[in-house]
Amino acid sequence: MTGRSTEIRRRTVDSGGLRLAVYEQGDPANPTVLMVHGYPDDHSVWDDVAADLAADHHVVRYDTRGAGASGVPARREDYRLELLGQDLFAVADAVSPDRPVHVVAHDWGSVQSWEAVTAPGSYRRIASYTTMSGPGLDHMGHWIRHRLRRPTPRHVSQLLRQGLHSWYIGLFHLPVLAPAAWKLGLARLWPRVLNDLEAVRPRPGHPQPTLAKDAVHGIELYRANMRPSVAKPRERRTEVPVQLITLQRDNYVSEFLSEGLEQWAPRLTRRTLNATHWSALLEKGPSVAAMVRDFAARDHGALRQEPSGTGELVVVTGGGSGIGRATALAFADQGARVVVCDRDLPAAQRTAELCALSGVKSGAYQVDVSDGAAVDAFAKQVAADFGVPDVVVNNAGIGHSGTFLQTTEEEWRRILDVNLWGVIHGCRAFGQLMVDQGRGGHIVNLASAAAYLPSKVLAAYATSKSAVFMLSDCLRAELAAHRIGVSTICPGIVNTNITRTSTFSGLGEEEQAAQQARVSKMYARRGFPPEKVAAEIVRAVRTGKAVVPVTVEAKAARLLGRLSPGLLRKAARFDIG
Amino acid sequence: MAQKQLPRFPFEERDLARFREVQQLAYHCAEQVAAWIEPGVTERQATARLRRSLVQAGVQDFFHVPFAWFGDRTAFRHFHTPLQFFAGSRVLKEGMPYVLDCAPVVDGYTADIGYGGKVGENAVWDRLAQDLKVYRELILREVKARKTLSEVYAAVDAQIAEHGYDNRHQVYPGRVIGHQVTRMTARGPAGVNLFGFGVRTLQTLGRELVKERLEGRSPLWAGGRASRHAPTPGLWAVEPHIGFREVGIKFEELLVVTDDDVYWLDDDLPHVRRWALLEDAA
Repeated sequence: MTGRSTEIRRRTVDSGGLRLAVYEQGDPANPTVLMVHGYPDDHSVWDDVAADLAADHHVVRYDTRGAGASGVPARREDYRLELLGQDLFAVADAVSPDRPVHVVAHDWGSVQSWEAVTAPGSYRRIASYTTMSGPGLDHMGHWIRHRLRRPTPRHVSQLLRQGLHSWYIGLFHLPVLAPAAWKLGLARLWPRVLNDLEAVRPRPGHPQPTLAKDAVHGIELYRANMRPSVAKPRERRTEVPVQLITLQRDNYVSEFLSEGLEQWAPRLTRRTLNATHWSALLEKGPSVAAMVRDFAARDHGALRQEPSGTGELVVVTGGGSGIGRATALAFADQGARVVVCDRDLPAAQRTAELCALSGVKSGAYQVDVSDGAAVDAFAKQVAADFGVPDVVVNNAGIGHSGTFLQTTEEEWRRILDVNLWGVIHGCRAFGQLMVDQGRGGHIVNLASAAAYLPSKVLAAYATSKSAVFMLSDCLRAELAAHRIGVSTICPGIVNTNITRTSTFSGLGEEEQAAQQARVSKMYARRGFPPEKVAAEIVRAVRTGKAVVPVTVEAKAARLLGRLSPGLLRKAARFDIG
Repeated sequence: MAQKQLPRFPFEERDLARFREVQQLAYHCAEQVAAWIEPGVTERQATARLRRSLVQAGVQDFFHVPFAWFGDRTAFRHFHTPLQFFAGSRVLKEGMPYVLDCAPVVDGYTADIGYGGKVGENAVWDRLAQDLKVYRELILREVKARKTLSEVYAAVDAQIAEHGYDNRHQVYPGRVIGHQVTRMTARGPAGVNLFGFGVRTLQTLGRELVKERLEGRSPLWAGGRASRHAPTPGLWAVEPHIGFREVGIKFEELLVVTDDDVYWLDDDLPHVRRWALLEDAA
């Protein structure tokens, strides 16, 4: 078996009269993974990923037309996307005639694989598709059109930023210049370019000896396809499950280019990897291999009926209600396994049941986050039952209203125990597990608009949330090296049950209830649903955003606090909150 | 507004029997349509079929026109105008939930029913349909305790939040979870409707609305100030409507509030039978 997985078998596949060099590894009885390389690479860019996956997969790579040992088309038209898509099907038919294949693609390989994946009936030949750094050109055409049609400041900035990242595409359309550059020394400098700009250490066998030739031929890919596809994009959808791995430090493809991709690929799973355009494959091959293995192993046909045992793992504290429950459901909806804990076990179990309706595995535990030992035990239990989480959402919190002098010592302790210590315990227990595991991840801490909006009647609450805010800033700096992102969420006035359980200093029981009802009513009238906060949390995890004020008032307060802190300090004297 | 003495329960046993008959008839017709419905049918086709089968069964007028909602329309997703309640061209597909809602009138005896169903498999619908039982029991318990109607409404809301669903009856005009049903005695033209409500309905409803508001009560059961009164003796059509994601479900049936008792007019209804079957199976 080990011989099978390391030995590379060469063969040639004919695609419309052109020879394609194909490289096979691993036992052909295993599921087939087909890898498509980008520009200016050849199949060897996959060496690490292929070696890892070959242990339990039939790994197939090929040199795309014009690259490596494959034939070189004579005319520019022969680099058209339709033909590139046909190449992929030709190789898939040759190496796995009976079963559909799992396609993994990078850069231009991804662009041409999109062509195959969005071809009608593609699901018969392609079981799943993992894409990195290469949008479908038709999808990109629609992306640009949509932004030109609605030139909001955000859209314009996206267009400009992606335009800056795509400078070389313009150059590639000029005659002579780009081919000459490659021939006159860029190919020789390439290892240094990769080292300096892409964090890829030089190694023997890379880049491929045919780099200069491949790079010159490959320019035709851009010239043959860029303009027609982007100018007249087609409507290309796919039923194939797609896993998009966003590379966080990609210098060429921006993360926002995949906004709205669900429209074309409804069965989309998003993941992120802290890597550059090339370090993903050449430095972090095993990480990519793990994601491919995980995605290929999912039984996509049964995804909606059977709880899936794979997929990213998300832990939500205080998941029995409100923002916590909504967040758990939002992640479950995206196919993540979800573990929730709450002081109220039946409520947590209910959330887990609702998550299971999305066809994912879920769990519920009873935990009081203010109890450090209990949180440690919880983290260990989760690691044993489900594994180390990819995402941890420290959401559990309680509300309290009272001025500084009204608030008793006991009240202070209770607020800080839950709102601050709860987050500390959660970050410490799970953060350590995530660091040890070394796979990266994301921690989300729920602060509040009160974290930067002082108010005389929220002394203890605002202090606890402000501490969470700063804690997150410090933690982010520390965990960056471990590829663990940290996001601080500042919701604002959201209609959840936090107001129905909030306490008020210096009030009798009846007055408490009346005050709870009054504030609940105000929050209900504001009518901002927790689901919208949940959507922002998911987005923060996907994009790695550091601080997310959610509601308009949270955003306005943050802006105002920067423009005129004195004004907020004055406003803090009013009896609001 | 000072609240005056509650009126006496206005119906006799034979009136209740007639109301029960019409409600049975309405559910029977809904079940017939449910048995016929299949992927490819549009909402308009479903309501036309429902109306035909009701008229064939002897229905003379409608409290409101029959409604049918398919897919995410069962949860009133993306509803912005009341016009969207009317049956449209949405086509039923495999796995979709649907809701049929009709309100036939025979001799002035009115029924107003809601029937939820699904075609094929839908795990979310199964769960909602099962949980709906809790609301039938909760409403009965709360009204029996003679809580004010707005308190009952709040209790239903709290249960919805606990379940993790959302309140879809708040999308109905007036955010109502129910409305009072009286014997229709108006003389306007039968079978003519305005904005989906029968002309006679509007006459009766208008008259009741004025009369009840003068008494400090409301024939419309919602969560606001107007419903801050004990349940008025009489008949109430109660329609808790809950949703989760793209799936919504409701039942609607008559609740009898007498001077000293509260009960559901009839327990022999499709959703009640379904719960009994589930319990037997468990």
